[in-house]
Formats: sequence, structure tokens, C-alpha cells
Amino acid sequence: MPLSQNRQTGIKVSSLSGWLIVTAAFLFITLLLIVPLAALLWRSGPGWLSNSWQAPAVAAALRLSLFTATLTTLISMLAGTPIAWVLARYRFWGLGLLDTVIDLPMVLPPAVAGVALLVTFGRSGLVGQYTAPLGIELPFTTAAVVIAQIFVAAPFYIRAAKSGFAGVDIHLEQISATLGESTLGTFWRVTLPLARKALIGGAILTWARSLGEFGATILFAGNLTGRTQTMPLAIYTALQSDINTALTLASMLLVTSLTLLILLRAITH
Amino acid sequence: MRINLIYPLAIILILLLTACGGTSPNTEANAATTNEETTLTVFAAASLTESFTKIAAEFESRHPEIYILPNFAGSQSIRLQLEHGARADVFVSANTLHADALLAAGLIQPPTIFTHNRLVVITPAHNPAGITTLHDLAQPGLKLVLAGPEVPVGRYARQSLEKLSHPAMFGAAFQTQVQQNVVSEEDTVKGVVAKVQLGEADAGIVYASDVTPAVADALHVIKIPDEYNVIADYPIAVVTGTAKPDLAQQLVDFIQSPAGQKIMTEYGFRTGP
Repeated sequence: MPLSQNRQTGIKVSSLSGWLIVTAAFLFITLLLIVPLAALLWRSGPGWLSNSWQAPAVAAALRLSLFTATLTTLISMLAGTPIAWVLARYRFWGLGLLDTVIDLPMVLPPAVAGVALLVTFGRSGLVGQYTAPLGIELPFTTAAVVIAQIFVAAPFYIRAAKSGFAGVDIHLEQISATLGESTLGTFWRVTLPLARKALIGGAILTWARSLGEFGATILFAGNLTGRTQTMPLAIYTALQSDINTALTLASMLLVTSLTLLILLRAITH
Repeated sequence: MRINLIYPLAIILILLLTACGGTSPNTEANAATTNEETTLTVFAAASLTESFTKIAAEFESRHPEIYILPNFAGSQSIRLQLEHGARADVFVSANTLHADALLAAGLIQPPTIFTHNRLVVITPAHNPAGITTLHDLAQPGLKLVLAGPEVPVGRYARQSLEKLSHPAMFGAAFQTQVQQNVVSEEDTVKGVVAKVQLGEADAGIVYASDVTPAVADALHVIKIPDEYNVIADYPIAVVTGTAKPDLAQQLVDFIQSPAGQKIMTEYGFRTGP
């Protein structure tokens, strides 16, 4: 198949201006996105694979990162799917406001998000002061890591899922209903499968954002090996003493995420 | 429709690309004409944030033509920045380790020790864990926050705890128990202060200079006797290759003058070389 032909529409990029734009865009994105990633791998050298995997703190950080990011994604999907569906299908007073508020964590600097979580769930926080006497203290726990990640990353899933649901032809749902399916059955058998691509895309975004989460985590959950030190925190901590270790860790995170994302694509396509 | 969209997009893209190539020489030229001559860039340790801001203001009021641009970060971060080509005129560190490394690399001139800092234990003002003595740090279940062992203040705190664990003092079990109480190893000393100030941690170990007027009301301070303390030396140095060595030296001299030393004392530092 020639590159100049879109595989789904068959539209050809034929005009000179079209080619110019495509070429310029590729150059621009390559320089700003791909070259820095390649530089990271190049600068950390070939020894990165052999040395660092064995370090217990590194293994713990990678394990914690993968565990918390996956848990965050699952929770975000569980809680985000109904919300996204309501946002896409219903019109009610305050919808616009709700929609905007859900987006806010995406623009908030993560450090501010961390402070917000502390003054909410900390033991003298708005909610935390009532749960602390019950023995529920979130800061400095792995649960705090997940909460911080949900706060900053769940909006990515909700946003994508909302667009996905909005793109499902409402007539198909109506037909399903006239054929006797319940609302839930229609959702499960018609809407969900049709919006599948958007949901998976959103889940990947949320997972990736969770994996990279730093600011909210260090403020709300602290930084302790094995309990709250995720890869980004381990990388930042390593940066305090040795840039080469930090680069090695960053390369490990990069390659691990790349592998998992490629696997996920292979499974879902 | 297609055509209508493509041309503006192309123009925007071309503008973006040319802008990327074009801005840096322009801004550099601007900086050179407007303030390159009179701006003094100072890379300073995070623990100097308040005191050095005051020093800079005082220095500027004596030299109205000079503008001081401070960059506060962990000593290890500013060292890293200098090693990777960041431009600065003066380097101020919270320990001699990083200054010595930069000196060995020829990146700074021989540094001078201009002040000292000591460690204190802080708790929230309402002291939720009821800490009154240093030995209380070993209370089971206490939430203690330290800076990480890579951060100078974190290394000093561990050294101090080691001294306190001497058989003649609290004994080895003390250090083990205290280590178990650590709930977070922060990347900067300010992170330790924030967690204690917000009441999330029961105690932390920070520099005396971190108990600034802004946070003093929210904190309760327990002193560590000198023999168990670790006194940090703060070196200051002119950066090699600065375009303004005389101006940089003036700032180095000012911080060691009686007026400069008085400010350091106000912020909890100890004076003297």
C-alpha cells in the first residue's frame, strides 16, 4: 500500500502543499518528541539493562509503579464509565460545569493537586480529620499513591470515554430498546462494544499518565522505598546524587512502558 | 473547505518552525543589551531561600544598578545544572561536598565558608505525638519525615541520629526504632517542613534556618545538643568563566561583611568562617 494513500478512505495526499504540511509536521514532532526520547536512551548508554534491574529499590519502584498505575486505570474505568456515559447521553442543569470541573485536574500543576489532597485527606484535612480517629490515615501509604494518580489521571479516561459514547449512533440504542433489551443490556451489548476503541484509548492515556505521576504523589504520599516510591520518584531521588542512575531508571521506565503499550495494542486490535 | 483549512495551517506551521529557529538569538541579543551587564545570576541551596533573598535585596539597595537573579534548588541540583552548562556567576551550596566537586572540575573558584547551619527537630505546634525529648523520636508508630540520604540535610540527620545512638546516650536500639518510624524520605528540606507544618508528620529533622518567621508559628522546635548535632558548612564561590568576576566577588565579600553576617544570624544561621 502506498504511503500516500489513507488505508481507510483511500484519499491520496497529492497536492504539493499537502506534502509540505505532512513533512513539516513530521519533522517538528520528530525533533520535539522522538529525538529527546532517543537522546535519553543514547545518553544512558548500553549498560543500563545489565546493572540496575538487580537493585532492590529499583525493582520495588518499578513493581509499585506498574501495580498502582494498573489499579488506578481499573478504578478509573469502573467509576469513569458511568460518568462518561451520563455526560454523553443526558442534558441537565449544571452539566457544563460538571464537565469542566472534571477536566480541571488536567490543567492543575500536580504539586497543587498534592496539596489539595493533603488538605482533604490528611489527618487535619477537611475529610481526614473525621477518618483519622477511625484509624484511616491515607498520607504516606500506597493507597495515597493510587488516590493521587486517580486525581490527575482519571479525567483522561472520562474525557475519551465521553467522546466515544457520544459517537455511538443513538438510533442503534433505540432499536436495541425496541427489541426488548433493558437499558443496561443495551449499554452492555451495543454502546460499550461500539465505543470500545475510545475506551481503550482513554484507559491507555490514564495508565500512561499514572505511570509518569510525580508531583501529587511526592506531596500526598511521600517518598519511601517499597511503599510510596514509584519510578518517577525513584528517578528524581537518583537525580539528587547521580545523573547516570537517573537516566538508567528513566530508560527502564521508557522501555517497560513502550513494551506494555505495544502488547496492549496487539491484544486489542 | 479542505483548501480553506490547509493554507492557514501551513502558514501557522511555517511560522512556528521559523519562530523556533529564530527566537533564541533574538532573546539572547535582547538580554545582552538590557541586563546582561548588570544581572548577577546566583545558584543557591534551597535552605538559603529566605536568608539569601534578604541578602540580595540588601545588596541591590547598595548597588541600585545591579539586579540579582537567584536560582534556589537542592545543592545537588544546582551542581548538576552547573556541570551541564548552566550559566551562573555565583554558587552557594549547603555543604562542601558539592563545592569541592565543582572546584575539582574547574567550574568554580576556590570557595569560602561564610556561615554554618545546625539541625533541629521540629513537630507541629500542637505536637500530636507529644514529643518533648529527643528520645521520644523512638516512640513506636511515630510518623517521622527526613530528607533522603542523598540530600545534605538528610545525610546530616542520619549522622546526628547515629551520634544519639552511642551506647553512652540512647543506645543502638534507638537508631533502629527511629529508622522504622520514617514514613517519607523527602527530596528537599522544604518538603520535610511542609509535611510537619501541615500536621501530617509527627516530627522532622531540618536546619535551624528552616524555622523561618513564616512557619515558626506552626512549628515546635526541639534543640539537638552540639555534641550530637552536625554542623553544616556553607561555601560560596565565584563561578569560573563568569563575565562579571568583579561584581560576583563583591557579592561574595558582602555576604561575609558584618551587614551580611547579621542577616544570616537573623535567619537562624551561625556566623564566622
